[in-house]
Amino acid sequence: MELFANLAHGFAVAFSPINLLMCLIGALVGTLVGVLPGIGTIATVAMLLPITFGLPPVGALIMLAGIYYGAQYGGSTTSILVNIPGEATSVVTALDGHQMAKQGRAGPALAIAAIGSFFAGCVATVLIAVLGAPLTKLALAFGPAEYFSLMVLGLIFAVVLAKGSVLKAIAMIVFGLLLSMVGSDIETGASRMAFNIPELADGLGFATVAMGVFGFAEIIRNLDHGAEMDRNLVQQKITGLMPTRKDLVDSTPAILRGTVLGSILGILPGGGAVIASFAAYTLEKKLAKDPSRFGRGAIEGVASPESANNAAAQTSFIPLLTLGIPPNAVMALMVGAMTIHGIVPGPQVMQKQPDLVWGMIASMWIGNLMLIIINLPLVGIWVRLLRVPYRLMFPSIVVFCAIGIYSVNNAPVDVVLAGAFGLVGYWLIKHDFEPAPLLLGMVLGPLMEENLRRALLISRGDWSVFLSRPLSAVLLAIAAGLLVLAVLPALRAKRDEVFVESEG
Amino acid sequence: MMSIRSLAGACLSAFAALGAFAVPASAQNYPTRTITMIVPFAAGGPTDVISRIVTAHMAQTLGQSIVIENVVGAGGTTATTRAARAANDGYTLITGHMGTHAASVPLYPKLAYHPEKDFEPVALLAGTPILILARKDFPPKDLKEFIAYVKANAEKVNAAHAGIGSVSHASCELLNSILDVKPVGVPFNGTGPAMNALVAGQVDYMCDQIVNAVPQINAGTIKAYAVATPERNPSLPNVPTTAEAGLPAFQAQAWNAVFAPKGTSPAIIATLNAAAIKALDDENVRKRLLELGSVIPQPANRTPEALATLVKNEIAKWTPVLKPAS
Repeated sequence: MELFANLAHGFAVAFSPINLLMCLIGALVGTLVGVLPGIGTIATVAMLLPITFGLPPVGALIMLAGIYYGAQYGGSTTSILVNIPGEATSVVTALDGHQMAKQGRAGPALAIAAIGSFFAGCVATVLIAVLGAPLTKLALAFGPAEYFSLMVLGLIFAVVLAKGSVLKAIAMIVFGLLLSMVGSDIETGASRMAFNIPELADGLGFATVAMGVFGFAEIIRNLDHGAEMDRNLVQQKITGLMPTRKDLVDSTPAILRGTVLGSILGILPGGGAVIASFAAYTLEKKLAKDPSRFGRGAIEGVASPESANNAAAQTSFIPLLTLGIPPNAVMALMVGAMTIHGIVPGPQVMQKQPDLVWGMIASMWIGNLMLIIINLPLVGIWVRLLRVPYRLMFPSIVVFCAIGIYSVNNAPVDVVLAGAFGLVGYWLIKHDFEPAPLLLGMVLGPLMEENLRRALLISRGDWSVFLSRPLSAVLLAIAAGLLVLAVLPALRAKRDEVFVESEG
Repeated sequence: MMSIRSLAGACLSAFAALGAFAVPASAQNYPTRTITMIVPFAAGGPTDVISRIVTAHMAQTLGQSIVIENVVGAGGTTATTRAARAANDGYTLITGHMGTHAASVPLYPKLAYHPEKDFEPVALLAGTPILILARKDFPPKDLKEFIAYVKANAEKVNAAHAGIGSVSHASCELLNSILDVKPVGVPFNGTGPAMNALVAGQVDYMCDQIVNAVPQINAGTIKAYAVATPERNPSLPNVPTTAEAGLPAFQAQAWNAVFAPKGTSPAIIATLNAAAIKALDDENVRKRLLELGSVIPQPANRTPEALATLVKNEIAKWTPVLKPAS
């Protein structure tokens, strides 16, 4: 088998001492980046890129890849502990993860996130090795029309995210969509809602808004009068660090489903990993016998999105390795790293650079193994961190958030904006609006708008294109089906169960 | 007005720098500390890679390290505005680009700097040729057929580009204005997604820099009609020039050049220019630039004066083409 020969070659490359070291550094830096709120993978990879100038290319890329998927492991940590997502892909993890922490189950939540990520990482690595080339077709089959239909589906998913009022969830999605439209119009370059502030010309950063409405708002809420009880709750009731047998049984199907969903969505260019985590959470909530548990500390709500985001982070390497086309901003930086080393990736990169491609694939498995070894013992340390007095914890969180936001664009305005969004977020929390649908709206907004306009530009304004393309039609049909399920009065009982209306 | 204000700003910050370091930035012992080179695009892009290769060598010549600072946003104009307002002591430079120092003039009516009035040209580094590319099953077989096809099917064809203000957008607008056609332009977020759409056959043609396209052309996933430079490119010996293929009017490259803030002393400019020229003559630097498909300027085009002329000509070239778009 050629595959085994290739994999053996890959492992031989990845197991060389220098590459093992690079893999470990990548995994460690990735974990750190994931844990620190606001400091994102794009900024980190961009900052470390120049350092890789002096390294051998294979080792450099193994390290950069390690940072990327390592961040998916670390991202869940602050989501669970302090309700502040370290990465965009961990936003949904905060929903149930932090509730678990409040119930004294931060340990099991952190552990299941690591276990889910490890399983997903292993599966995705095998997928890249075995099915990388055929799966490439999926990336190419997704044109603007298909993307738009997928985003419509995502938007309907977003409503399901809400644990309170559906109307408020829809309001938050629309607010998110509006925020996503700030900046230059993609087709004409005209400035929209930028108020002549040059820093807004490229739109609001996801990290800026997320750190504001989640991070800063959460801190203000915690300092709020009456929140002290809540905080003490988190600090006192710590029971068990590792998941129980029941936790594992509950999580296993969620991890499997999250892995499948994440692997598929990761291949698609664009915000694959973020959408994967939202979609995986929605799917679990839909399939659950008792959806009302979600948002109140359901372990599936941690296991599934964490598996999905790691699977997606890894399968997003497929278009890069098979087509030579970067599917997202981090992958574009990886192409940059290759270019600096004189390797220009293309469709033949697998044949021309077997050391690089197979070494990287093998290193992903090794990296995942390292990450679970790093992360499981860390669970105990993280949980102990909860005992740090809040008067010491919150200034450190603010500082890290501020550094993180600044590091994205080196723009002081972004930090100020995040502060403003902190106040907005505090108001929203106080009035029972949830920030998660807002952030999903912000992620989906640009993808939806741009692909709608592209699809209609190509079809010369003919809307039937969304139905005449089979993939797009299927996605729209699923979306319509979900919508019918929500509106049909006969299914009203079912709908209440799914949306968990707030009672008074 | 703007230029006077930014000039004043530059002077003020120059004074501030003098005060802070208490060492006059005299040209005799320049450089005495680390130089910052602002790159207006993300790390790893063509401009960044060219800057890194050349500045690594320049740093050896100058005996001081040169730190690259990637400042992204608004098509590179954010970074260029910052460079225009920096102290003109020779310690803040920028790798300007066809977009930031020419196409930006018609594209951004409220541009906070002027490429000619707010900068001192230092040296042209390297150009990246533009190719006319099409999906692999696009009917025309060569550039002549392409021209006829695009003219005959103006209502049907789509041209992809990497966003308003990008090199691929500007060069496609130039091509379209020469051919006098107005195909539907389909915007993408960057060259990666645009290339993906071309490989997938979702769009018909685009103009793009040579770096990303060579592996795809060699693999047959897309095809190239012509390269818009006077000479063929060594990395694509079978692709004719636009002149050979019958469209000599279409000439475009994404040039990259070093600029300093207005008022930087001529002695410093001369020192930097000499270091840049020395780098461009280095065998290793040349080899790496050629691997990227770059075109290294001829000795006559490496002076600050030649760069000033280039900027003037480029602004004149892009303004009528891009004006209606904005």
